[in-house]
Amino acid sequence: MDYFLELFLGGLTRGSIYALIALGYTMVYGIVQLINFAHGEIYMIGAFTALIVASVLTIFGLNSAAILVIATAAAIVYSSAYGYTVEKIAYKPLRNAPRLSPLISAIGMSIFLQNYVLLAQTSDFLPFPRLIPEFAFMEPVSHIFSSAELVIVVTTMVVMVLLTVFIKFTNIGKAMRATAQDKTMALLIGIDVDRVISVTFIIGSSLAALGGVLIANHIGQINFYIGFIAGIKAFTAAVLGGIGSIPGAVLGALILGWTESFATGYVSSDYEDVFAFALLVLILIFRPAGLLGKSETKKV
Amino acid sequence: MIAQEIIKSLKAAIWFMFLTFPIMVIKVNTVYKTIEWRWMNMVFIGVGVFVGSFVWRWLLERKDKPSAKKESISTRTQAYLAENPISKRALQGALLVALLFFPMFMDAYQINIFTVALMYIVLGLGLNIVVGLAGLLDLGYVAFYAVGAYTYALLNTTFGMSFWIVLPIGGALAAIFGILLGFPVLRLRGDYLAIVTLGFGEIIRLVLENWNDFSHGPSGIAGIDKPNFFGLELNLNQMTDGVYYMMVVFTIITIFFVGRLQNSRIGRAWLALREDEIACQAMGIGRTRTKLMAFALGATWAGLMGVVFAAKTSFINPASFTFLESAIILSIVVLGGMGSIPGVILGALIMILLPEYMRTFSEYRMLVFGGAMVVMMVFRPQGLVSNFRRKYSFHGVDERLGG
Repeated sequence: MDYFLELFLGGLTRGSIYALIALGYTMVYGIVQLINFAHGEIYMIGAFTALIVASVLTIFGLNSAAILVIATAAAIVYSSAYGYTVEKIAYKPLRNAPRLSPLISAIGMSIFLQNYVLLAQTSDFLPFPRLIPEFAFMEPVSHIFSSAELVIVVTTMVVMVLLTVFIKFTNIGKAMRATAQDKTMALLIGIDVDRVISVTFIIGSSLAALGGVLIANHIGQINFYIGFIAGIKAFTAAVLGGIGSIPGAVLGALILGWTESFATGYVSSDYEDVFAFALLVLILIFRPAGLLGKSETKKV
Repeated sequence: MIAQEIIKSLKAAIWFMFLTFPIMVIKVNTVYKTIEWRWMNMVFIGVGVFVGSFVWRWLLERKDKPSAKKESISTRTQAYLAENPISKRALQGALLVALLFFPMFMDAYQINIFTVALMYIVLGLGLNIVVGLAGLLDLGYVAFYAVGAYTYALLNTTFGMSFWIVLPIGGALAAIFGILLGFPVLRLRGDYLAIVTLGFGEIIRLVLENWNDFSHGPSGIAGIDKPNFFGLELNLNQMTDGVYYMMVVFTIITIFFVGRLQNSRIGRAWLALREDEIACQAMGIGRTRTKLMAFALGATWAGLMGVVFAAKTSFINPASFTFLESAIILSIVVLGGMGSIPGVILGALIMILLPEYMRTFSEYRMLVFGGAMVVMMVFRPQGLVSNFRRKYSFHGVDERLGG
């Protein structure tokens, strides 16, 4: 039972991280119908920024709570800035181009950013400082559920609630939903679509940065390549839940997290990624629009 | 006016200096707890972006302006060649002669590079069937390439089967995989298809990596036989030439085949399906069948090339079949111009030869590669050679018939 619980909680942690990244995909896709391949790199840049800032501050001798806050804030600011800039450079000029063009541009951007970090920093794995402290009250269960994991799950839940409130009730959130439904109509009723798209990229990137900091802290090391596989997994999660749907992304991410966790725990750890993709293929075959996605019938 | 432009560039420069600050400037050595401040990088970025921003805006402006000459050079050249079959034949002949005599003037290294370039031309043309003609975005094309390569590697090392026997088997097996994958996923919308094919490509790679008994895992398979040319005993250099000539023949066959395919019944069905699925179905074109055909045919070329790849390098491992490979082949198609055969050829030459000859800056290779993909898409999304569609026009009553 302990083992089961451990796997369950491990899957929950994993799923929470995937959810943070998947939201960026799903929001961007919902609004501009683009698979933002560079999103995984934004997450990686978030983790790197946090690592660099945290290391510098450690050398300056700040206390760990301050480091945690400043590093996370820096990661969020920089990731958002990168997300915003990537959109302006690589996607905005292609708004009316054929569907494949922005996708290729996104793949190019992803390769560019990976190599940029590789050249400017290093190709080695860097140790990520443990910023999240061990809580005393977690002591009895720490062998199956660590404090870092608790922080990941709680942070994700809080962020989800905030995001839902933001999308549902604020003006810009409403504008986002309107743009996702019909871009032309949104323009006609006076929504600044360019601004909405920028905001979407910024929010998506901040969430990814948060995910980056949390996971790097949890795993303990990062390199320039972490974004790629995490990006693909998160995208899988987004598609699983029905891309464009925010609760769908969370649900998909959790299912993916649990699938991976249980499959590696009970079957074999070699095929972790295979299970994830196999699940995706199966779901898409039986529910082509994803779990919570609406299947659209195209009318002529 | 000029002041405004300068301010814009200044803003961009400052923004990028801010953006690249932590990653470009700071480098922390976590072991010795030292910080290296690389302020020079910031200066480079600032100056570079300041200048680059002018170029960027100038190019954007030029792109948006409805230019006087509507048709690009490539379109005009293609139109000219289509109207003058003699010059077209002459050009083809000259290229062929150049290809045939090429090995006589070059060393084995150069020939090898060109062989690889030719392989990518064939791969590009194969993917072009799927992406360019049928409009199905396949991000896992490399999976079929892996199927072909492993088919030959395994059949050769365990049963000693020869290259020429396995070649059709590899192609057929890849086609079967194409159909197996295509059958369930072709109902999906474009982007879902992309991600499922990507997932499929990853699954194949991961299985190859982990199923040690079957594929020898990450260490790969070594000692695969080189192709046998009419039982001749060839030394290493001659073998390089042999593979090169084989690839030339292969490429010509592929170009011929794909060219004919494009204007065939099924080729036109693909184009129609790409443009409008519903109208197409209403015209009585079977959607699934047509798409499956594209998938299977595209996969066949990848399978064939996989066999050639395994035979050429005589060693394969799963690391040769990563997503990056799929991305490179896809960029060949897109860079060259989707659906255009000369485009794909040009794309393959650029994508393979440029990085190869840029080895001196090999560190910056992938950086430039990624950047070039973005710039290319932004300023010339239709690719280097825009697709020249055959036009059918009515010239009145044909004079030759004396009407």
